[in-house]
Amino acid sequence: MEGIPMSGDVSQREWQRPEAKVRKERIYEYVLLGCATLTVAITIGIIFTLFSDAVYFFQEYAGLLEGSTADAVREFVAGKEWVPTIEPYSYGLLPLLSGTIVITVAAAAVALPCGLGAAIYLSEYARPTTRAYLKPALEVLAGVPTIVYGYFALAYVTPFLDRFLDLSTFNALSASIMMGIMIIPMVSSISEDAMSAVPDSLRAAGYGLGATKFDVSTRVVVPAAFSGIVSSFILAFSRAIGETMIVTVAAGQNPKMLILDPTRLDENLYDSVQTITSAMVQAAGSDTAGGTPVFWSMFALGLALFVVTFVMNVIADVIQRRYREAY
Amino acid sequence: MSDNHQTTTDAQTPTGDDSDPIVNVSRSLEDLSKEATTRTTSRSDRTLIETRDLDVYYGDERAISSVDVEIPERQVTALIGPSGCGKSTFLRCINRMNDRIDVCRVEGQVEFDGKNVYDEDVDPVALRREIGIVFQQPNPFPKSIYDNVAFGLRVQGLDDEVDERVHRALERAALLEEIEGRLDESGLELSGGQQQRLCIARAIATDPDVILMDEPASALDPIATSRIEDLIDELSEEYTVVIVTHNMQQAARISDKTAVFLTGGELVEFDDTDKIFENPEHQRVEDYITGKFG
Repeated sequence: MEGIPMSGDVSQREWQRPEAKVRKERIYEYVLLGCATLTVAITIGIIFTLFSDAVYFFQEYAGLLEGSTADAVREFVAGKEWVPTIEPYSYGLLPLLSGTIVITVAAAAVALPCGLGAAIYLSEYARPTTRAYLKPALEVLAGVPTIVYGYFALAYVTPFLDRFLDLSTFNALSASIMMGIMIIPMVSSISEDAMSAVPDSLRAAGYGLGATKFDVSTRVVVPAAFSGIVSSFILAFSRAIGETMIVTVAAGQNPKMLILDPTRLDENLYDSVQTITSAMVQAAGSDTAGGTPVFWSMFALGLALFVVTFVMNVIADVIQRRYREAY
Repeated sequence: MSDNHQTTTDAQTPTGDDSDPIVNVSRSLEDLSKEATTRTTSRSDRTLIETRDLDVYYGDERAISSVDVEIPERQVTALIGPSGCGKSTFLRCINRMNDRIDVCRVEGQVEFDGKNVYDEDVDPVALRREIGIVFQQPNPFPKSIYDNVAFGLRVQGLDDEVDERVHRALERAALLEEIEGRLDESGLELSGGQQQRLCIARAIATDPDVILMDEPASALDPIATSRIEDLIDELSEEYTVVIVTHNMQQAARISDKTAVFLTGGELVEFDDTDKIFENPEHQRVEDYITGKFG
């Protein structure tokens, strides 16, 4: 019976909480809520400034074109020339979008098979001790500063590939390869998590039916982890689209339209290209800062980039919901 | 068989009230032997699986100790015993599912059709094509019903007549009627009992020689259980069935031979099911099956 206050307020039980304690608890809640809302608030702020500055750019560009703002938007979205600093100025998004697509697709061609293969190995083949070393080692790749990848592409990958192919000093190919390597850990890590979550009873069922390890991996585990694998792919795409330093350093500054002729698709890779992100670097560093539309074009490009990655994330989310398996 | 099951449930009611027959513990030897005698015995006397001096260890712990058993072809052999007595471990040795457990070590011999399955030159993948397995928890793949049944056929390269084999397997597993026209639906949409029959269909689609069953009905309600039991009875005309069960009545009802494992992974008695349930050699076995122990 000890511990129960025998004197004082009779109605006060030991398990009644004092007012001050309740208030303190509430303050914790508000502080934590503040942390959660801060990031959301900042995101909203960024989107808002992106929009308003992009609108300012379109108005400026409209003045240059001597047309309406709508004309300027149309000219930006469908324009095939990106000449930001030399008169006559032209701010067409398509060459930059081309560069981004080339780099992203080529990087994905490196990262998706390799990342998925690594994930299957880690999840299905590797012994626990091997996995304990290999997984963190692979994730170190994700921690290398991207500018290091960029210089590596420029200083080693390009000279090496130049022995076999006719490459420009700055080219899409080596930038893509390095970017692919950079995003392998993202694909392998998320895919591996998804595969490890597949219940072991499904593997047992597969083995019990006379399946080999490879059968079980590819016909049971991968399909069962499909939604996680696809979302790792899409996140990797988003990362590649937004990646800046590798392309700025290794792919150059040459806005170039996509070659769509199926027999010459590979030629997209040999030349220098400019992506949306590297054009933004150029715009941000331009000495005409603030004076001409080039500085403000950065915000329109940023908005375009935001739209693309946002759409990718929405797709990832839809796929994840659609194919989620309740085992 | 279904009539048979009916009488069982009736027999239980006076003593067991509304309790589930599966968990009803106290029963008389006569009740059980009545069930055991209803089963026709000795269809074939050929031994298909034989273990000799089989020991299984998990790390340093011995799960099975020197077990000798002769499992006859095309009959139902039940493995019974209290939890942790090693009967599931024994079952998984037969098609080397225990290979998947790193710490598991097997000594002695498991002969299947005269050949030790633990010999160096045996490919466990190929072995499992002859010896299928059905688990305690129904574990259909998150794929369509059709793809579930076709899985084994596809990985085994039995690509001809897949449609026909899938239909036949579903029919044999007494599932086809219920799911006709729904073959494209996910196997996970089915009820627990249907899922288990789907797993049985999946196991027999590739036409193995042996079907191992690890408490296939323990996760199911009594009606689904009786359907599985009927099915096992039918399957034993064509396949050798080895079944682990916790349920004494089930063992008595469906099996021709019964192996009683007791604590320590020791096989105490192995004989015709009638004999085990009517007149067991060992007092310990009698105590166990009448619910005085275990």
